[in-house]
Amino acid sequence: MLEIDGITKTFSGAPVVREARFTVERGELVCLLGPSGCGKSTLLRVISGLTDADAGAIRIDGTDMTAVAANRRPTAMVFQSHALWSHMTVAQNVGFGLRVRGLTRAEISAKVASVLDVVGLAAFGKRLPAELSGGQAQRVALARCLVVEPKVLLMDEPFSALDAHLRKGLREELKALQRRLDLTTIFVTHDQEEAMELADRIVVMQAGRVEQIGPPGNLYRNPQTLGVAQFIGAMNTCTTALRCGVVLWHGLALRLALPDGEAALLCRPEDLHITTTGAAATVTQVIDLGPMTRVKLITPDGDLLTLTCPREEAPATGADVRLSPRRLHVFRSGSLLGLIETPCPVIREKALT
Amino acid sequence: MNRSPIVGLLILGTMALAMIGPIATVILWAFAVKWRYPHLLPTEWGLKFWFGMLERETVITPVLTSLALTSIATTAAAIICWPAAYAFARLNFPGRQVLLFSFIAAQAVPKFALFVSIAVIFLQLGLVGNFWGVVMVQMLSAVLFMIWIPTAAFRGIPAPLEEAAFDLGASRLRVFLMITLPQALPALAASYVLAFVSILFEVDGALLIGAPTVTTMPLLLMSLSTQVVVQDAAVLCVLIWVPCFILLLLTRRFMTAKGIAQGFGG
Repeated sequence: MLEIDGITKTFSGAPVVREARFTVERGELVCLLGPSGCGKSTLLRVISGLTDADAGAIRIDGTDMTAVAANRRPTAMVFQSHALWSHMTVAQNVGFGLRVRGLTRAEISAKVASVLDVVGLAAFGKRLPAELSGGQAQRVALARCLVVEPKVLLMDEPFSALDAHLRKGLREELKALQRRLDLTTIFVTHDQEEAMELADRIVVMQAGRVEQIGPPGNLYRNPQTLGVAQFIGAMNTCTTALRCGVVLWHGLALRLALPDGEAALLCRPEDLHITTTGAAATVTQVIDLGPMTRVKLITPDGDLLTLTCPREEAPATGADVRLSPRRLHVFRSGSLLGLIETPCPVIREKALT
Repeated sequence: MNRSPIVGLLILGTMALAMIGPIATVILWAFAVKWRYPHLLPTEWGLKFWFGMLERETVITPVLTSLALTSIATTAAAIICWPAAYAFARLNFPGRQVLLFSFIAAQAVPKFALFVSIAVIFLQLGLVGNFWGVVMVQMLSAVLFMIWIPTAAFRGIPAPLEEAAFDLGASRLRVFLMITLPQALPALAASYVLAFVSILFEVDGALLIGAPTVTTMPLLLMSLSTQVVVQDAAVLCVLIWVPCFILLLLTRRFMTAKGIAQGFGG
């Protein structure tokens, strides 16, 4: 459906997008997720045609769109700032795309009315953008795009200027609408919760590079790079070295069937368990979050760790406990070396202690 | 803390007197037939001096000349300057800042000196004493208003507003006509009115290039102010003031504080 084929973009010498390559299927919602400045918005603008790429191609339904100007592409974009035209009414804003396509007045008003109904603003046609709330304005901006029936809908952090409660509601509405209308959508966000909730697949971008592509749960469970592992969800990171197949994890010796060398050992808070044997740590803080409890700990070496557990299993503040990791994501020079389930502790030899 | 409203009223009264007082005096004089000390108001009212002034060929011609001259010069300046302002705001070409600043720098040069050197050139081209010569030289007075205010206004329009229209299928021209222009309209109207008024009251250029064949209203006013009859000058003052006031009223809708502040880059 939509092919992004090796897109590269440089702004005054600095590469912003480097060889981005992925495809989007019909009716799929793909999120471009990454920290600000990672090139996700630039990539979206390249897809829309508002920005020209230095190299690579954009194809929609097999047709090369690279040389086609934004006003001739079958895409429509919702901007972060809603970008409604303040001198036009809601109905005129929504009807703009049809007007420039030369539809008759009757056709325009019929289509505008039906699309305003779809976004739940049927009674708002005569209002001016200044008379709308932030959420309503963004729905009008969406309606303005939907009315021209784009092959690909592009959304550039459309909800980031709204408050958290409203954002969640709009997200669910958008997802339902996208499903119902079978819209092929690319949604740019820096909010991973938003991406996890909305996306069929997430494209994680960092420093202009596509780091990993996959369904939300898969990215969480199987991060392929250190960047993705540290960006998606919380992680406890321990940088150490592997020697003779043994690694020291906060003083706890673990046997790992991996080649020797430098290693970053990452463990999710929910994969950290309090055991009778294991690395020593002291509880510094217990936070009852309701559905779960977050426990903050410090090791004798001063490393900080976080674990989550059910409330009834949580230790008291100040307690000395022992910890074992149940799953370890092991990375070397940024890429995945191995995922170790229940790593085996080395039996402590008396001579060593 | 409970300050009496009298202080505020006093300030308001003083300001109103300072601003409206002179205008009121002029208007009173224009309709006065007899007004002598110690009377506070004219003792005899009438349009005697209006008929007197308007019957004179030497008065009617400058009034019409000024209106034609100012309309043409302001509109021509707008046609040249507004697209230039758009270019300053949206395009990035080398020397953009220097060029934009040069318009202010030119404003700092004494106008009279500038006009003298222009007059020398115009003399060779046969443009001195010529209506179109005056149009050209008076357009200079409009350049600052017509470049700076619209540039700031165009720059103040967020790029996504134009991009959204382009993205939805509009051509570049259509984006400009349907989005950019209406968005900038308040500031453009403000710049037009300011330029119109400054050209209407322009003296130096009109005097150097126009005299003696082309006489404008301010030139006529200058010659009248040396004569004895106060009413003649007052009538002419009101005559000049009326078109400006009407213009300001017409654009009042756009002359909101926000529009003007936006124009000056606020």
